[in-house]
Amino acid sequence: MENHFEHLYEVLSKVDGYIYPNEIELHWSILIVLYPYITGLVAGAFILASLERVFNVKVLKPTYHLSLIAALAFLLTATLPLIFHLTQPQRFFEIMITPNPTSAMAIFGFVYMWYLMVVLLLEIWFDYRKDFVLWARESKGIKKWIYTILTLGVTDISPKALKWDEKIGYFVTVIGIPSAFLLHGYVGFIFGSIKANPWWSSVMMPVIFLFSAMVSGIALVLFLYMIVSFIRKIPSDMKCLDTIGQYLFYILILDFTLEALDQIHRFYEAEESFATLQMLMSGKLYITLFIIQILIGTVIPLIALGLFQFYKPAEKIRRITYFIISIVVLVGIFFMRWNVVIGGQLFSKSFYGFTNFKLILAGQEGLFVSLMLLALPFAIFAFLLWLLPPWKKHDIIEVSDD
Amino acid sequence: MIPPQITRLSIVFAIIIGVFLVLRLILTPVSFGEKGHYRALALIDNMDHEMHYMGNESCQNCHELETEMHASDLHSDLPCEGCHGPAYLHNSKPDSFHLVKPEGRQFCAKCHEQNAARPGDLINQKIIAEHNPEYQCIECHNPHKPWE
Amino acid sequence: MGVKKTKTDRREFLEKLAIIAGGVIAVSIVKPFGSILFAAVKRPETGPWYGMGINISKCIGCGNCVKACKSENDIPNEPFFFRTWVEQYTIKNDETVVVESPNGGMDGFSQSVPDEEIFRSFFVPKLCNQCAHSPCVQVCPVGATFESPEGVVLVDSKYCLGCRYCIQACPYGTRFINPVTNVVDKCTLCYHRIMNGQSTACALVCPTGARIFGDINDEEGELHAFLKENITHVLKAHLNTGSKVYYKDLSPNVH
Ligand code: HEC
Ligand code: HEC
Ligand code: HEC
Ligand code: HEC
Repeated sequence: MENHFEHLYEVLSKVDGYIYPNEIELHWSILIVLYPYITGLVAGAFILASLERVFNVKVLKPTYHLSLIAALAFLLTATLPLIFHLTQPQRFFEIMITPNPTSAMAIFGFVYMWYLMVVLLLEIWFDYRKDFVLWARESKGIKKWIYTILTLGVTDISPKALKWDEKIGYFVTVIGIPSAFLLHGYVGFIFGSIKANPWWSSVMMPVIFLFSAMVSGIALVLFLYMIVSFIRKIPSDMKCLDTIGQYLFYILILDFTLEALDQIHRFYEAEESFATLQMLMSGKLYITLFIIQILIGTVIPLIALGLFQFYKPAEKIRRITYFIISIVVLVGIFFMRWNVVIGGQLFSKSFYGFTNFKLILAGQEGLFVSLMLLALPFAIFAFLLWLLPPWKKHDIIEVSDD
Repeated sequence: MIPPQITRLSIVFAIIIGVFLVLRLILTPVSFGEKGHYRALALIDNMDHEMHYMGNESCQNCHELETEMHASDLHSDLPCEGCHGPAYLHNSKPDSFHLVKPEGRQFCAKCHEQNAARPGDLINQKIIAEHNPEYQCIECHNPHKPWE
Repeated sequence: MGVKKTKTDRREFLEKLAIIAGGVIAVSIVKPFGSILFAAVKRPETGPWYGMGINISKCIGCGNCVKACKSENDIPNEPFFFRTWVEQYTIKNDETVVVESPNGGMDGFSQSVPDEEIFRSFFVPKLCNQCAHSPCVQVCPVGATFESPEGVVLVDSKYCLGCRYCIQACPYGTRFINPVTNVVDKCTLCYHRIMNGQSTACALVCPTGARIFGDINDEEGELHAFLKENITHVLKAHLNTGSKVYYKDLSPNVH
């Protein structure tokens, strides 16, 4: 508690103008930046995978399973930042037991469960079911056990059964797309529905969150695909990279337009909070908003990707550029979340001043925990790749003898 | 014909949902939902807090002199506990729990310092730094009866 | 024939519909107007419905209320946790506004602007607005903050997760994390006092009667009279929170 007070006194000394006394502490800190960031990556990666399956985009085939597994890895960590940021984490289950029907946040548990259990796990299960059965036969020791459990005891891999897998998997993917939209549009709604906060309160928020989620998810898949190919020492498929790059370009344009529209609307209406928000943008958010999010995270990738639509330099250059772009876009979207979450709490709701955000290092809501939570999905991703290697899938439907 | 994997999945889901429903039944706290979407017992919890401020009447019996003085002059609207702090412990055990006897010029200045925000018709103000700075206020004004 | 019959049938049906709709419109115009005078939702017809009136021109900025609130409710003394606080507004001749609230006004105020530059200056006590259409209650994911049957917004400290969504949703900045209980805390309108027939601690220690605690439903009560005799406003009325803290002489600069 002493440390906490010391921290608050330090922030207090940096307050500009007047803020309500209870506003000195920033209540949603870096963990709540991570939460929409991670769910966004999930939704984006999943939507990319679904595109391949539903619209039968053959060139994206090499990334299909990677996207699904990445989505699962990130989804499994998505709740952690939320739980860690609670002051009473041991009570988190209440959100499932007595959800308040009027609360956007209460629905999260259910949206999450739906997405995890009904969409992602099912899609992966149907997709891998045959392989589970075959892998269970082939492997030894603990792996054999794991695969056997994963089959849920269904060993039927006759063509007829596999046809069913394919059909239901397709169906799940189709309901998965609106579910992914729901998952992330809904995260945007958590912020967009707060009428007390003019920086958040906007009907555009869910849509903006959705498109930025797609941008980040596509960039993530691009990044992971290149890394995984590099580690496996096989060349990444250039056609696939180009197509993902093209998608990224289009979605990035849409995302940028929507965000610009939101800001223009805000400028034009110029409500009572406008002067404060303007000071926020040109002051405390200048670097994270204009330099990182807009210039580095959006404009530069747009120019590079746009150029590639007309002029294609040598493969090697394109490869390196795609790699850099994927990282830059991922960073850009992280700071987009940052600007929304942290930016929305820097100004006082009295519109007479600003508080200050100082990132703490240690502690439940500190930088170290956040870095750990950000690294965790990559570890899970690696584990899942080891457990469910897409490149070891049995592609030809076997005609089993029983 | 229902394919076997569907049957199996249905069973798994049924079990998960069943477990969830049972957990929900067990974990929902007592009295939840009786009056609305909250624990009705929380109303009692919120009431279950000792009152700290007892009001002027509670001092009367033991501090007749001060009460009388106080009532007779311009400070009569000021509650005793506004200056002396919450009296709940003092009232029941006056010998072991003492109330503060406010001291210093700054104490009176909280209310009487010249300030444009302070309505002049409600309270007379002085530039404290210039009003007899070498003495304590209570050397000339009785806090309970300022014009004594 | 058949065609004709359906036509009359349809006309009758439409007529009926129009009557019903008209009734609905008439009712919907009359009803809410009767009840939204004092809050954004209809108040209960029986039982108390608590709120507070604040007479800004009577506040002398002594800070007694802030101090009493902290002691009454055992809130730590650090300057980051306030169930109620007082702000000093100073509008200067050049029309800029200076707002100050050192330590929530607990130790009194001093005027930082020289008298000759002041256009107008006044104090504004702030507290939870006990909204009848409360954004914090709306967003609480688990039902740990709620409106009591008497119209007081309370926190269930044994059930609160500490997700702090309510803090974000409150337009008035009246919620905070209590470092002792480690859950959200806010003004309870001294629920433990008012349910025992006492006034709130802040209203009790106010030397000038700037705070009027009362029951809006009590037509003989002090608050009812205050609302009847004065023109009052609520803070951030455009957010339609149904605030039940009514300010007399509220200046539009006050957010
Ligand atoms: C039960 C009787 C009783 C009640 C009720 C009571 N007091 Fe006292 N009070 C005493 C006694 C006895 C003393 C002297 C204690 C001592 O000197 O040890 C005292 C002392 C004091 C003092 C001086 C403390 C000091 O340090 O010298 C103050 C101030 C005071 N009371 C204020 C109040 C106020 C204000 C109230 C009403 C809210 C109140 N008292 C109610 C019995 C009471
Ligand atoms: C304006 C603030 C103020 C108010 C209101 C006030 N007091 Fe006091 N009281 C003081 C101060 C200041 C002293 C200390 C006087 C001194 O040190 O000689 C004091 C001293 C006392 C003492 C101790 C006297 C002694 O001889 O030690 C008692 C008892 C007391 N007050 C009771 C009351 C009661 C009862 C009321 C309400 C009816 C009340 N006071 C209201 C400011 C106040
Ligand atoms: C909580 C605020 C408060 C404190 C503390 C306070 N006073 Fe007062 N005082 C008032 C108010 C209010 C009035 C005017 C009452 C009225 O005019 O009806 C007043 C009136 C007076 C008056 C009479 C002025 C006149 O109008 O003739 C004097 C003298 C005075 N106080 C002295 C003091 C002294 C000395 C102290 C410190 C021991 C003190 N006051 C502490 C609020 C306070
Ligand atoms: C040396 C004695 C003395 C001291 C010490 C003293 N006063 Fe006075 N005070 C007076 C006299 C005499 C008057 C009446 C004449 C006047 O208005 O100056 C007065 C008047 C007042 C008035 C009423 C002003 C008016 O316009 O009617 C207030 C309020 C007041 N004093 C407050 C205080 C405060 C607060 C302190 C402590 C900071 C204090 N006094 C200290 C002697 C004193």
